[in-house]
Order: sequence, then structure tokens, then C-alpha cells
Amino acid sequence: MSTFNFPESIRSRPVYGTLQAQVGKSHLMIADAHGAEAVLEMAAKEPAMMAQSHIIYIPKGTQFGLQIQALKPAQYYEGPSYAAAVSRIKRVLSDAAMGLQIYLSGTEGLIGQAQYEVMQAGFDYTAIQTEHRGSVARRMQCVHCKGITEDVMIDPFQCSHCGLNLFVRDHYSRRLAAFQGVCIDAEEPGNVPLSVELYS
Amino acid sequence: MNIQFNDETFRDDYSFKNSQRAIDRFPFPFHEDSYMYSVNMEQHQGGPVDSVYEKRFDVDEHYVSEMRDREMVLADDPLRCQSLPHMTLAGWDLLELIMVSKSEDYPELFELHREGANWHWINKPLGIDDRFVFMDDTTLPYGPMEYITRQTQGDFCVLDQREENLWMDAGIVTTQADWSLDFDIGMNFFEWHAPVPLAHEKGIFKRALKFLLNIQQGAPARRLNWTMTVNPLLDTSPENYHKWGVQKMSLTPQNLAEKQYLRVELQTFFRLPRSNALVFPIRCYLMSFKDIVSKPKWGRRLHRVVRDIPEELATYKGFIDNRPMMLEFLSRYDDGLPTSFGVWPDSHTEPALIESTS
Repeated sequence: MSTFNFPESIRSRPVYGTLQAQVGKSHLMIADAHGAEAVLEMAAKEPAMMAQSHIIYIPKGTQFGLQIQALKPAQYYEGPSYAAAVSRIKRVLSDAAMGLQIYLSGTEGLIGQAQYEVMQAGFDYTAIQTEHRGSVARRMQCVHCKGITEDVMIDPFQCSHCGLNLFVRDHYSRRLAAFQGVCIDAEEPGNVPLSVELYS
Repeated sequence: MNIQFNDETFRDDYSFKNSQRAIDRFPFPFHEDSYMYSVNMEQHQGGPVDSVYEKRFDVDEHYVSEMRDREMVLADDPLRCQSLPHMTLAGWDLLELIMVSKSEDYPELFELHREGANWHWINKPLGIDDRFVFMDDTTLPYGPMEYITRQTQGDFCVLDQREENLWMDAGIVTTQADWSLDFDIGMNFFEWHAPVPLAHEKGIFKRALKFLLNIQQGAPARRLNWTMTVNPLLDTSPENYHKWGVQKMSLTPQNLAEKQYLRVELQTFFRLPRSNALVFPIRCYLMSFKDIVSKPKWGRRLHRVVRDIPEELATYKGFIDNRPMMLEFLSRYDDGLPTSFGVWPDSHTEPALIESTS
């Protein structure tokens, strides 16, 4: 099962729901990896929506592509990375007409980044359906060098840009689609606790 | 009043110092011998003569040097000043509020001459003499918020009000207690306060938000907040924490009196007229433990507050590791005598310290 119950946290940390088909003229689904399962489950309950659906999917090494295609969405794109998919996402959103429903599922990094594009296009973030599935890895911003490190699974971790040892905070910015990483050994350089897997 | 502006630094050699006048008017934040979060709002309609509460925007001996420090921070990191596109009108509101207030409150330092939209602003301490067209962005060297806050002590958050919430949509933040404008910009009131422990559970933020949403034009409010800083460092930013954090380890029993500072924020809240935004200046005052204990009441009280504060708060405010050393020093200035209620030093009525004979 690809679902995870996140422990209760601070108010800036995003919370996710369960995708539910909404009444709408058209549907845009953006998913990565195990996020496909949330789309498949929604489609199983509401197969008729697929005729008006555009699915953008980033497999990240998983094998759900054929199952998603078998849903026969009106439009389908499978991309090698989020960066590769983002220009298509922007293009689709720039054409969005009233009555478009948006569904995001998969990792927090995918949901956060797609939500940012959706907000930039003028949608209210509270009007978007989101569901977390799969990896609990986080997209982290180093508060010091501002570099983003994708798919962080351990705390503390080393910034992939400036090399500082960073503590993984729950403080989250929608605008950056990232959690905040702060130097853990600033007061005692070199005193870095052993890294542990997130939520372990 | 004639202010003598200090030539001092808030970094490197830390030549910052408080004059006797600055010590006497320091906004000591504890009205009783213990501390817990509260909304603690009051009207910001003046205060005792020469106190930091008297004027709308207090200008003190640190003004010129603080503005120089801000300029250095912004040169290193322009992201400390940001304004989302819909906040420009609020920036003009803020410029007007500050120029009008300062020219009325300190006519010997600041002059504002207005003929319709043609404004002439003179800032004597900083040697600025500019003419511009009000509401025309192209006539100023910076955006309106940045222009005026490069000339005003304190950080500024400009909050948009919508959906029964406040949104951190613009600001200039160079003297902060360890939070990042670049990270928090665009967040709502609950989100940017999310990392603060205990206060959410106590309902503090819900009550504070309700109060702030209802602040009316011409009826500003204020409150104090505080933390601890080693060295008189204004820019205690998360961005630079990997550089300044290590200074906390430089504290010793020998240098603590001069190196450990109580950092007090005078937070004020003004409704802006055209944008209906709320501006939230956060003005930082620093005073060394040595200067604090020169007031017997403040010395006694600070010892009791630091001693009894819950561990979560001492951790959040970043002084848990140095607390034992702080207490060792402060206990020498606490003879156990009762203290009078309220924040004022009561220098003429509060008894002198009974020196311990042990």
C-alpha cells in the first residue's frame, strides 16, 4: 500500500486528502510514481470522467504507465521528470477554461511544484484536490545557499549545493514548494548527529 | 531634542554601545517576575516623554549606523527586501505614513513638502534630499517600501488582508530574530508563525489575528517581544546562521556581562489607508546584561524570568545551552527583594541591590 499517515505537525506543513472526482467540464491530473494509484482508484469509481481528462504522468521508475493509458484519457503525456513536464503543465493551465478540475497525486515534491504552477495560473490552492502516495521524501530548500535538494529521505542531510549539514524542518513554503533546511552544526561546527530516515 | 548619532558597528568589531539615555529608555519587556506568551496589545498613541513609545517611529542614537548596516545586508542579499506585485500601493501608503509621521514628530531631522503629487523629502541625518511624484514608481530610486524603509529603523512586514487572514506579501527584513522573509513571503498569519511552540495551543494566534484584523486607520497598536542574542548583532538571520551561530559558543563567565544581549522588539501595527494593508514594523533594541543590571529592578527580574522560563521557550529563543551561565551571572543581581509591577525601572523608588556577603 502506498499511503502513509503523516504525524500531526505545524500549521505551515501541507496536508493531503483523497482524490475525489469533481463535477467539471474537464479534468487535469498530474501525478508521479505511486500517485498513479490514486488516479486509477478515482477513475475506477468514475470511469466517465476519462473522456474529459488530461493526464500528465512522471513514472520515476515505476510501471504504472500502461495502466494509466488503458484508462483512455482524452490526452496523455508521460514525462521523464517534472522539469520536462512543467512547460506542458504551464501550457495546459494557460488554456484552462472555467470548470476545469485539478487533481495532483504522488510525492510531496510533485504536488508542491504542480500546485505552485496552478496558483501562478490564478487558481486558489484550496480548490485543488491533492493526495499523497508513495515515497515520503521531501523537496528541501537550503536556507543558506537557497539551493533545492530533491527527494531528501534522511535527517540531517547534506545540502547538494553548498555542502552544509542541514536539519529537516516541517516549515514549508508553498511559493518555493519546499521544506526548509537549516544548518544543524552552526553552533558547534562538526557536531552532526547521525542521520536517520524520515519518520523513523 | 538633539540626538547625537553614534558611529558604531553591529558586526565584526561590534563597537555598538548604549548611552545612559538609551539605557534609561530601553523597552524592558517584563512587567512581572515571570514570562509566558500573551497577546499583550495596547494602543500606540504616544507614551511617556522621551520613551521609545512617545513617537510613531522612534528615532534614536543608533539610527545612522543601523541604516548603514541595513545597506550592507541588502547589498549581500537583495532577497531580504521583497514585495509581491499587488503590494506596491501598500508601499506608497507606508511611505506616506512614515514621511508624514517623521516630519511631524522630528521636524528638526526630517522635512516633507507637498504640492499636489510633487513631494520634496529631506532626511538630514542621512543627507538625503529627493523630489519625486507621489504614486509614480519611476521617480524613486527604489520601490516605495524599500525607499522609505532604507531610512527607517526596524524591519517592516506589509500584510495584505483577505479571507479573514493576514498575508506576508511584502517586507524588508534585516534585523530579524532568526526568520526568513524569502521563505515566509506569501504565507498567512498561522503559517508564518507555525514554528513557534506553545502559543498555538494557547490560542494566542487566533486571538491576536482577530485583534489585528480589526485595527482601524489612525488607531495603531503595539506590543513587545524579546529574545537573546550574543553580541550586538542585528542580522541574526537564518540565511547567515551558519556564520553567526558559532558566536553563541564564545560566551564565557568573564565576558558574558558585555557579550550577552537582551533583544527586544517593539512591534507596532498600523492600518494603511488606500490598500487596507496592515504594516507591522518590528523595531529591535539591544542591551547588554551589564547595562540591564545597572537598574536594580531589571536585574532582579531578568534573573527570575530566565530562571523560570519553560524549557521549550528557552530552546526556541535559542539560549537553552547558555542559560546556566546566564543565571550564574544574573543571580548576583537578585537579592530576593520584591519588585514593583510594570516595566519601568523605577530608578528612584526601587531599592539598591543588597550585596551578598557570602
